[in-house]
Amino acid sequence: MAYRVIGTSAARADAWEKVRGRPIYAGDVAMPGMLHGRIVRSPYASARIARIDTRAARALPGVAAVLTAQDVPRNELRMELPGRMAEATAGAVLATQPVLAADRVNFQGEPVAAIAAETEEIAAEAADLVEVEYEELPGVYDPLVALEPGAPEVHEGGNVLRRWHLRAGDVTEGFRRAAVVVEHTYRTPFVDHVYLETETGLGWIDAEGVLTLRVSTQVLEHFRDVAEILQLPHGRVRLEGAYLGGGFGGKEDVTVECLLGLLVWKTRRPVRLVFSREESFIGHGKRHPYVMRYRTGATREGALTALEAELISDSGAYAALSPWVLFYSLVTATGPYRVPHVKVDATTVYTNNPVASAYRCFGSIQTCLAYEGQMDALAAALGMDPLALREKNFLRKGDTLATGQVMETEPMIAQTMRQAWAGLGERRAPGGPIRVGRAVAASFTPYGRMCWTRDSASAWVGMELDGTAVVRCAAPDVGGGQTASLCAITAEVLGLDTDRVVAVGRDSHFTPRAGTTTATRQLLMSGNAVLAAAREVRRHLVAEAAALLEAAPGDIELADGRAFVRGAPDRAVPMAGVVRAATANGRPVQALEKYDAPWAPTIDPVTGQGKAFNDYTFGSHALEVEIDEETGRTRVSRLVACFDAGLVINRASAEGQLEGGAVQGLGYALMEEIALENGVSRNPHLLDYKVPTSLDAPAIETILIESGHGLGPFGAKGLGEPAMTPSIAAVANAVSNAVGARMTELPITAERVLAALRSTT
Amino acid sequence: MTLTFVLNGHPCTAEAPAHWTVLDLLRDGLSLTGTKDGCGEGVCGTCTVLADGRPIRACLVLAAHVRGRALVTVEGLETDGRLDPLQTAFAERGAAQCGFCTPGMLLAAKALLTEDPAPTAQEVREALSGNLCRCTGYAKIVEAVLAAAPGRS
Repeated sequence: MAYRVIGTSAARADAWEKVRGRPIYAGDVAMPGMLHGRIVRSPYASARIARIDTRAARALPGVAAVLTAQDVPRNELRMELPGRMAEATAGAVLATQPVLAADRVNFQGEPVAAIAAETEEIAAEAADLVEVEYEELPGVYDPLVALEPGAPEVHEGGNVLRRWHLRAGDVTEGFRRAAVVVEHTYRTPFVDHVYLETETGLGWIDAEGVLTLRVSTQVLEHFRDVAEILQLPHGRVRLEGAYLGGGFGGKEDVTVECLLGLLVWKTRRPVRLVFSREESFIGHGKRHPYVMRYRTGATREGALTALEAELISDSGAYAALSPWVLFYSLVTATGPYRVPHVKVDATTVYTNNPVASAYRCFGSIQTCLAYEGQMDALAAALGMDPLALREKNFLRKGDTLATGQVMETEPMIAQTMRQAWAGLGERRAPGGPIRVGRAVAASFTPYGRMCWTRDSASAWVGMELDGTAVVRCAAPDVGGGQTASLCAITAEVLGLDTDRVVAVGRDSHFTPRAGTTTATRQLLMSGNAVLAAAREVRRHLVAEAAALLEAAPGDIELADGRAFVRGAPDRAVPMAGVVRAATANGRPVQALEKYDAPWAPTIDPVTGQGKAFNDYTFGSHALEVEIDEETGRTRVSRLVACFDAGLVINRASAEGQLEGGAVQGLGYALMEEIALENGVSRNPHLLDYKVPTSLDAPAIETILIESGHGLGPFGAKGLGEPAMTPSIAAVANAVSNAVGARMTELPITAERVLAALRSTT
Repeated sequence: MTLTFVLNGHPCTAEAPAHWTVLDLLRDGLSLTGTKDGCGEGVCGTCTVLADGRPIRACLVLAAHVRGRALVTVEGLETDGRLDPLQTAFAERGAAQCGFCTPGMLLAAKALLTEDPAPTAQEVREALSGNLCRCTGYAKIVEAVLAAAPGRS
């Protein structure tokens, strides 16, 4: 089918505002009488709070409030998506966190007091005047140590937060049938999202007494959390979503919302709260470090027979979304392969390290490092071509995942791998001290929530009297073009140019609830909701136009902002005329629709069997690295990303996801790590925590396959998270290829490369 | 203190406390919020503006520095309602995703193209290497700068 708008690289409406530097972010608006917020945080990772004295801070002129735990009406933030997550928890998950620590702190950066003052400077001075007396307590900073008997308990009841298990076939039998078995342990560090905009919000109380927060958040539904901690009716708290200066999962959990809401509610004045870069580093959820022990077996011909894995993730001091991140790891543990005999045990553990939670790929990137490392290790052990080995074992239509889920459409994984590899072109000849390595990594990543969560999104589309369309949908835009895609879908269906479709913002109370911009779900969920609403609006328009043009509705077409009779383009009426006629006849053209994701029962908590996710995005990276033998420095010289997008909504946006995901992954693979010493960060600054610059990023080729197999609008899949999944495995495999030893620990620093080079000579 | 300088082509007089940075002056004093604060310590480049044509980190430079100089911020790239070719190229080529690094990127690129109207891709990468972007992987940003380079068309 030919589309007019869908699939083009049309410039996004928000981009025209962004290149002008116009205020669209949460921190760009000030209000009269606005106070400035500041948070006092624990410098210790594990300590008892013996005493807090706020008198000096409160006495400072210009200070409006100094709040501590006793000022929070219900000092307990619950880490749960509305009513749905508990269903799959076999045991009790302690998933609460105080807004302000009362008598004990469990991680460095934990909020202890919240201040509001007339200026930023006064707020900072007041923070220095808050006296907190800490008594350091023994802590635990390694998840393996935390599992040992007698380890200090972070919370009562032990350090195991959640275990998941996956069982398929008989893994003992599977290894008996294997001719070769490879075994490696893979390790990944804590890493930070490093969005350029730190956590930011502005709050005020509006005319109806509703606490209103304009926040940089991926989750407008956090208005409920604010209402709960303030013990207000949910309807009394409203969240307005600003455009985000990046999210990547780091603005999925509550960031400023509760602290900001508390300050506004107590002072009854507008308050702005912006985390400093250092606070951003120590104050929000990180990506989980993993230790992954993998054993994989295959026949002499290269058919996988068994996979056994033990996954341990460091949840840090609180639960946040750790159980669910770990669940994604469980489901993706085998990779996109047919493995008849599987045993996976996964555990997430409390420590006094930073809280770990959602970060792009949500647990499915660590496992990719392991399963793709294993595939290259197996290929080496078998003397097989790594691509041929993968191809022999890739999931095909009708195959089942280890969870028992049947692949209902053809996974395009082999195509993505072959095309990515072909894109690399000729191998660069090594020269001087430069070693060249190249490799592929194939991956699969869920898009959309777990099936049992009954995910749903709503959207409203309506026509104005001038023939323009309005889209109302509370889907936060993290910068990936979420809003523009919803407008493009509407424009496509209604035969309008994109500049005749306007989205009016994202708001918990004024726009229909669309759910979170997380889990690569917005195109699937809100995209389908908007598609349904736009189609309903189209039905109204066609019926009205048919009456006006004295034709059968089946003969009416909508294009170029008008309605006309098919085959007789002169018999036409402008869209504005159709809308005016409908409105005059008492039939305003508008529709509110919702999309419900297909449901499946909760997976079996003992065996992991069941349909965990409705669908997956398949994709591969192929890349080449150059390694300086003398310094150990690794440079990615070329990268090709190939994904099955299902269908491309906006080409530039889709390519942008692939490019950005790849480079974020290169940082994770080669340079990024939160350096902790007993839970305390040694590098909470961009000077010491390095992310890729334009000089680190390679030339990237992107290839988008359009199978039409997706569950999203017009057959689209999601790309946001999948775009990053194969990155770290591809780098590790390429470096391994160059040095002749398996790189199993991130980041792959020059020191580690040199050590590997020495081990092989 | 009173500061007299040229802001985006127009004479400007502003009052600023002595401890203010250029970033404070722009965002808080003059309500020009296009210039962003990403780290406050001169690393991320989101606060890049031009002073006498040279890129500076507005978060590190004291406001007093602008005295007598010509300052250009993202709000001043447009002339007579016409966007700078860099702005158009960024929007049309998907170089702005979340957009938070965009103002600083645009000004770093503007300084480069003023000095060298026909840079190579590698020269663009070098000129932008002090401006972090976490969304785009830099690919479309480099493409957009090359497309807007007057000497390359």
